[in-house]
Amino acid sequence: MSEVEETIKRIQSHKGVLGIIVVNSEGIPILTSLDNSTTVQYAGLIHQLTMKARSTVRDIDPQNDLTFLRLRSKKHEIMVAPDKEYLLIVIQNPSE
Amino acid sequence: MADDPPRTPTPSGSRKGSGKKAAPAPNKLAPPAAAAQKKSKESVTKSKSQHDAQPPQGIVPLFMATKSQEIYECICDEHVTEDNPYKLIKKADIIQDMKMRAAISDFHPVKQLVLDYPGEELLIAYDPDFKFGQNFFLCATEEAKMEHLHPGGAGAEGEEGVEAAGEEGAEEEDNAVYVYKPPEAKEWVTQGSQVEVEDEIVVDTRDKIRFRASRVRKEFGAAITFEDRDADTSAAEQGLAASCLACPSYADTNFTIKKAELDNAVQAVPEMTDGSSQTDWKHPVTASVQYEPRVISVEEAKVAQQSEEFKQFVQASLPRFELALQQNTIMDVFFDDWAVLGEEDTNFGSKSDSHLKEYQSFTDLQYSKDKTVTCVDWHPQIKGVMAVACCERLTFDERIDNANKLLMSPSLILIWSFADPIHPQLLLEGPDDICCFKFCPTNPNIVAGGCINGQLVLWDITEYSEKLSSNRGNNSKASQKKAAMFGEEMQPETPTIRYCAVSAIENSHRNIISSVDWLPDHYELNRFGIPVENRLSECCQIMTCGTDGHVMVWDIRAPKAPANTKDQQAEKSAPPRPFGVSQVFKHLDLSWKPLLKLSMAKTDSSGDYSPLKFSLTEKQGVRDHVPQPAGGKPETTGMSKVPSAKNQRPLECIATNYFLGSEDGEVIYASFKLEKDNETGKSNVPKPTWSVAPHDGPVNTLQRNPFFSDILLSVGGWTFAIWKEGVTSGAILQSACAPKLYTAGHWSTTRPAVFFLGTKDGNVEVWDLLDRTHEPLLVQNVTAAQVTQIVPWVVSKKQHLVAVSDNVGTLHILEIPWNLRHPASGEKQAVEGFFDREIQRIEYFDKKAVARANERSKEMDKKKAQQAKADEVSDDALMEEYKVEYDSYKQLEKKLLQQLGLIEEEKPEI
Repeated sequence: MSEVEETIKRIQSHKGVLGIIVVNSEGIPILTSLDNSTTVQYAGLIHQLTMKARSTVRDIDPQNDLTFLRLRSKKHEIMVAPDKEYLLIVIQNPSE
Repeated sequence: MADDPPRTPTPSGSRKGSGKKAAPAPNKLAPPAAAAQKKSKESVTKSKSQHDAQPPQGIVPLFMATKSQEIYECICDEHVTEDNPYKLIKKADIIQDMKMRAAISDFHPVKQLVLDYPGEELLIAYDPDFKFGQNFFLCATEEAKMEHLHPGGAGAEGEEGVEAAGEEGAEEEDNAVYVYKPPEAKEWVTQGSQVEVEDEIVVDTRDKIRFRASRVRKEFGAAITFEDRDADTSAAEQGLAASCLACPSYADTNFTIKKAELDNAVQAVPEMTDGSSQTDWKHPVTASVQYEPRVISVEEAKVAQQSEEFKQFVQASLPRFELALQQNTIMDVFFDDWAVLGEEDTNFGSKSDSHLKEYQSFTDLQYSKDKTVTCVDWHPQIKGVMAVACCERLTFDERIDNANKLLMSPSLILIWSFADPIHPQLLLEGPDDICCFKFCPTNPNIVAGGCINGQLVLWDITEYSEKLSSNRGNNSKASQKKAAMFGEEMQPETPTIRYCAVSAIENSHRNIISSVDWLPDHYELNRFGIPVENRLSECCQIMTCGTDGHVMVWDIRAPKAPANTKDQQAEKSAPPRPFGVSQVFKHLDLSWKPLLKLSMAKTDSSGDYSPLKFSLTEKQGVRDHVPQPAGGKPETTGMSKVPSAKNQRPLECIATNYFLGSEDGEVIYASFKLEKDNETGKSNVPKPTWSVAPHDGPVNTLQRNPFFSDILLSVGGWTFAIWKEGVTSGAILQSACAPKLYTAGHWSTTRPAVFFLGTKDGNVEVWDLLDRTHEPLLVQNVTAAQVTQIVPWVVSKKQHLVAVSDNVGTLHILEIPWNLRHPASGEKQAVEGFFDREIQRIEYFDKKAVARANERSKEMDKKKAQQAKADEVSDDALMEEYKVEYDSYKQLEKKLLQQLGLIEEEKPEI
């Protein structure tokens, strides 16, 4: 448990990281560092997007799978690492 | 009867079965037998042609080929002709022929008939007309033969007669029964048809008249001309009148019926009809959906977090994230180098492009020659108009000496326009030399100025504002016209406006007013220095500071009338107003008192600061942090009365601190909010919180950076310094001493890192903090005398000008080149970074200094401790040492005295 905490803290300590969310396979957030409404919003939307991205990759090549998703916008960058059961979302404000 | 149209047989033929008619024909004609036969035959032929289908009894049509005709000698037109068509043929011949030729014999079809024929000879008749269907016919019976050969019976009866006639020839030999008798001619008895006939006959009733008309040959084929002629009954044409009788039309009353009633039908049709349709609604559609996100409880979350998969997942994702996060911090992948590349290379200009170009210079020989320009201000709204205040260049003593002369010469503010560099547009006259002035930002028709005697003056130029704004080169023409009129060089009269309000002398500053400024329009101050909301959104308060150590706040609105009677008396006894002076500020004139009077007492020592310049935190136009004034604007706009304190809402967000620059080179940080003294209950002016004396001479510029409101530039003596509000340890940047005195300074309005400095020998220095901070970027000599004011201004997007005024009364307008007015990309951030680094440096040095001080003190303590110890230990030893020394000294003393002969040598004791 402490290792998990430590890892999460490590990610959070990077420069510009705004928040970190862990979502389970159903799209329900398990662990978050942001407030509730933002978390719920991010969880629902990013979960759908990740599912879509994963199905896209697998449609093209069934042997392939999605490993990492980076969504860059004007203000932030959203990074998603999917897994069989969980989804880790990190929001970062890049250096500029 | 020769004209009788011959009757065609057709009518007779057409009358079928009316053989009676046919009958007379043969009777009439009485032709020879052949002709009769012919005729009858013809008629018979015709009638027979109708009976073709049924040949009479005993007649059998028979076709005889040429061969047969030769055999029987009945070749057509040779042996048998039309006139003699009959031929008798022996029966035996026929039978023989039949035997010989068998089937091809022509008599084959009638073989049986022939065999049965009783007689010896058969009659063959030529039938050229094919009345029976073939070219010959055979009489099958004796009777028929006889009939034909001997056509018997007079043709009284039509049919029989006809038949009889037809059969006549064939039966002539056989039958002697019928004897042909030609019809006897009888008298025609009319049966009544004669009438009709005679009716039809056209008979001449008279002789035919012969008439012969002739015409001249040349008129044949001539053109025909017709002309009209009225049928009028004039006497001249009586002869002709008879030929034409006019029948004019007239209204016959018989035929005019006046319609008294008219039936008209109207049908009312509705303009609108109601229609309806019924739709059946099959599918219910969701109108709105309310949903809420699924959440799991905290325990479940904890359970999930502690699961093994979770741990593994997090550990596995970590490297990916680290990579991504670090990438972002290292470099921005999406940075568009191409777009940014162009910006830096846009200024290719040569050396000449990078210095201030002389645009225009203004000086007036009459009013500003040999005077010093104390203040320059651009008109906030009208482009190309600026005002200059001129002052005599005399010291205090000289002023006293020349007081009489000075009284006569007016103290003026000249308003210049680019259109006319020789003649000022407007002159504002003040009571005494004006040291500083400012246009009101919200109402540029009001100018507030501070005089050398400490009075605050107001001008109102509303009447001439239109002339100023529309004055584009018109003045020169007008001046030329005037000169022409009078035939001599006459200067056009520059209108002079006298001041319309001046403050009360007792309540004004006791020394010169060194700086004047309008308070921003989003707040105003009340009597306690607390900023309250300004409902009018117009500048109505002025802050001044003077060298007598006071900072005053003035309100240009009429004060609440404390005693009406006093005002009325004052009005009555007021001297009549001079013509042409605006009456707007009449309420203030000569009785104007400041709203607030703050004295700047020195923090550490006694006495007051003598502020030369001040700088407020709030900027005119920057009102994001101020809430909208509640309740909207009051009904009365313009110069209304000072609102009562109850109605005003205090604003918490306005900063009440401000900076002052003094005559002694100090920079002071103070607040104008009066503090309430708890003990006495009075409101006291708070003492300045902080002051420092960085400059060696009077501070002539104290200005905030237009881009960063907490960065100030202070220029004084031989140095300038940059300050940040809140950093009290020292200036962020302090320059080295320059070779010449700095006399003026101003930030650039467009580039956050650039500012201008003016020196005593007429140079303008342009400093760029991002370029280098130890020397100016550009030094340019503008004038020979001392630079007194530098004020840059953005006239248009392409034209940025800076006004430089000097000590001899000239105002120079210079154009700022592209590289000095166009900010580089990211300049604001760079400057911000620069200031931040400088602040960090200061902090670092402070820390270091503190640390070092600590260290030093520690060392000192250590040393002292050591020494103290050392002292204690060797105390006794020291005493012995001292003793030894004392002894030796004593000996020495003895010796010396002996040598001097003062002490006799001691005789050794016996």
